[in-house]
Amino acid sequence: MFYIYCPHCGEHREEEEFHAKGQAHIARPADPDSCSDKEWGEYLFFRKNPRGLHHEMWVHATGCRKFFNVTRDTVTYEIKEVYKIGERPSVVAAGN
Amino acid sequence: MSEMIAPEKVAANADAIQEVARMDQLAGPAQRAESPLHHADLDTIAKKGPKNGGVTLQEHKLLGHLVIRGSQDNQAFLAGAREALGFDLPTEPLSSVEQGDRSVRWIAPDEWLLIVPGEDAFQVEEQLRAAMGGHFAIVNVSGGQTVLELSGPDVRMVLKKSTPYDVHDRNFPVGKVVTSVFAKTQAVIRRTGEDRWELVIRRSFADYVWLWLQDASAEFGLVVKA
Repeated sequence: MFYIYCPHCGEHREEEEFHAKGQAHIARPADPDSCSDKEWGEYLFFRKNPRGLHHEMWVHATGCRKFFNVTRDTVTYEIKEVYKIGERPSVVAAGN
Repeated sequence: MSEMIAPEKVAANADAIQEVARMDQLAGPAQRAESPLHHADLDTIAKKGPKNGGVTLQEHKLLGHLVIRGSQDNQAFLAGAREALGFDLPTEPLSSVEQGDRSVRWIAPDEWLLIVPGEDAFQVEEQLRAAMGGHFAIVNVSGGQTVLELSGPDVRMVLKKSTPYDVHDRNFPVGKVVTSVFAKTQAVIRRTGEDRWELVIRRSFADYVWLWLQDASAEFGLVVKA
């Protein structure tokens, strides 16, 4: 079980209260109408599956119902950092 | 599709958006209002049921529940709430304010739950709308939820069975309010006194929570108060 810090409630809560919402920082193409099928398809369907640091979105589903970002190590499951939507992560993998 | 959500069209309709449909949801004398636990007939259980036990349950039914949403950066919104309510919306996370028969719970950084007597709900909503400025929303959700009050020396044990949240004194002082998992559903849990706790539950889960509470408090003895 994770014990996750919600940056909006300002305290740790049980994983039961949250839902994982997949990879964070996916930018919608600025002009979807002029995207190639490949670009649009990659935006919609293709996700990273790293071994190591992964930035992902979580939602505090039964709490404040707000989204936020989590940096998690997919090998150890350790949560390295929690930061709000719109903020930049301070923990990033080398080369990113 | 992208044409329909063009921002300039939204801006052109900004004035129209200010005019929201609103109505007094209070049932008149001709309609019978029923709380979500009407079928449980708590009044009869209160009369005929046990008088002593470790947990006392009381439903505060047919109150006015208003969800207030707005940004804390919007001063016209916060000042308007203060003017209409007579006190500030609690901006400290997980806190609540109670004054007379009105109480406000912090739900999220931009969301509060105000509970007032049922017959005041529409008037309070109108006062808030008149006093507030900028971008905000007020929704009357009175019909969608109900309030249960649990009191007694063994309530904490019942809560421990029902929610993963830590209800120890050091983590849950009087006045704190938390929205968490409760018996596999969800509840807004507020501590209103040393041995007194309040649950705001959804209408559709009211029967389930009522059954759950009966089962969870059976070992301590459940007293129903009318």
